[in-house]
Amino acid sequence: MNLPDMDTNPIISVEALSKVYGNGHRALTDITLNIHTGEILALLGPNGAGKTTLISTICGIVNPSEGSVKVSGYDIEQDYRITRAMIGLVPQELTLPSFDTVWHTVCFSRGLFGKEPDPAYLEQLLRDLSLWEKKDSAIRTLSGGMKRRVLIAKALSHQPLVLFLDEPTAGVDVELRKGMWNLVTGLKKLGVTIILTTHYIEEAEAIADRVGVIHKSELLVIDDKQALKHKLGKRQMTIELEQPIASVPHSLSGWSLELSGEGRQLVYTYDSHSEHTGISGLLDAVNSTGLLLKDVSTSQSSLEDIFISLVGTE
Amino acid sequence: MINTQAAKTIYKYEMLRAWNTIMQSFVSPIISTVLYFVVFGSAIGSRIETVEGVSYGAFIVPGLVMLALLTQSVANASFGIYFPRFTGTIYEVLSAPISFVEILLGYVGAAATKSFIIGMIILATSGFFVDLNISHPFWMLGFLVLTCISFSLLGFIIGLWADNFEKLQLIPMLVITPLVFLGGSFYTIDMLPPAWQTVSLFNPVVYLVSGFRWSFYEVADVGVGISLLMVLLFTAICLAIIWWIFKTGYRLKQ
Repeated sequence: MNLPDMDTNPIISVEALSKVYGNGHRALTDITLNIHTGEILALLGPNGAGKTTLISTICGIVNPSEGSVKVSGYDIEQDYRITRAMIGLVPQELTLPSFDTVWHTVCFSRGLFGKEPDPAYLEQLLRDLSLWEKKDSAIRTLSGGMKRRVLIAKALSHQPLVLFLDEPTAGVDVELRKGMWNLVTGLKKLGVTIILTTHYIEEAEAIADRVGVIHKSELLVIDDKQALKHKLGKRQMTIELEQPIASVPHSLSGWSLELSGEGRQLVYTYDSHSEHTGISGLLDAVNSTGLLLKDVSTSQSSLEDIFISLVGTE
Repeated sequence: MINTQAAKTIYKYEMLRAWNTIMQSFVSPIISTVLYFVVFGSAIGSRIETVEGVSYGAFIVPGLVMLALLTQSVANASFGIYFPRFTGTIYEVLSAPISFVEILLGYVGAAATKSFIIGMIILATSGFFVDLNISHPFWMLGFLVLTCISFSLLGFIIGLWADNFEKLQLIPMLVITPLVFLGGSFYTIDMLPPAWQTVSLFNPVVYLVSGFRWSFYEVADVGVGISLLMVLLFTAICLAIIWWIFKTGYRLKQ
């Protein structure tokens, strides 16, 4: 699916990327997207949609079947030494060397990316992640939340420009999730581009600048969070009545009203961007019928509503 | 350009792992070899006359060193790469800005170094049991290093191929150990019946043990040039297989 994108100098450019695994499973179909420098992009999608395959391909862990990916203009296959040096990856699973200490594993990660040792930077990184006190602890002795932060420290140890977070808050408690959001927004302020996959729509709603929805290997939509709500979201006006009614009066049939709340609510769905929303006419018509109004309210679809409308309730 | 910092990092990491498990990495193979000396060199060897003019205890030293080198090289290298695959931490190596050259230098270099250290310690230990005579020390070191590297490469392939711990042990147990025991570690192949002598020539370990023993006592089953050629050929084949694995992503990338 080709989606229009005006960014002429993206930090990551994915072009017609497809991936079919050896067993015939199609994980990605013709994905084209640009990721802007310094943004937080959330990739939403149900299990098995292709989110992890997409970021694994960009990071060099999965071989693409078709298409190309460029990072800062460099091809991830031909110029892999340059592109991978710019990327940090936090995997979904807590894959850590259990018997290593925090300090040792972070130093290993930095060296692996070809960087000279920099104890001062790593100390600051561990302090920022509240891990400094645990630097000499074996990883197996840490809590799940700390292990997640160790993975982030490893991914940031070589000072990447782009950070991929694969389901960073899966299975963590609310407090830790909020802490993770603060960390991500803090990294954005430092200029790091962040791409995260998540199941949690509220997460995307809270921290992402843009949201992409992947379903059954295809990128269904990608856009600015607010623009997405405007484009795909619905606006509804709910008219609460003093007395319940059995059916929508015939004189209001032109507005496609929905009767709910045991006959006490008339729900009107409209396009807020259209020149004529029809709200004034509807209110006049309701008055003409003699119905007594108790309250009138409006609401906007959440990202969750949009997500469900795109991928269903699976 | 090779990312030397990355290769050095993997190498140091693997060496540190060996140091942290010093009993398993160094002490255990040395104890096993000393037991071989006691059983074959002293107990049985004292009842065997000289072989090609060399006392039996001294004759088996090169074979015992090779036995330890081959098994340790394969075990160290296979475990070194299999374990990160098993735990999932391999993702970090695969997403790092490095090629298979740095990965080989790190993992295989460390496995070969560990085996070399073990070989040297066993050699030094054997001096307490028998009188050692090394006629060609440079050839001896050359064979030692080449064997460490070539069988560490083989171990690395096994570690990449295995997808469970059983398979990791399968090749060392069912292939390497029989080849080593039937490779002339404890005898010269001319002690075998003619038919088995011919079969032995298909065993690559025969060439290793023969060349290595020649560097000690100038006694060999096959010419030293052929031995060297066979080791180099074996190394080249292993390198070609590893190159193919990384090129295709077999068992590493999907």
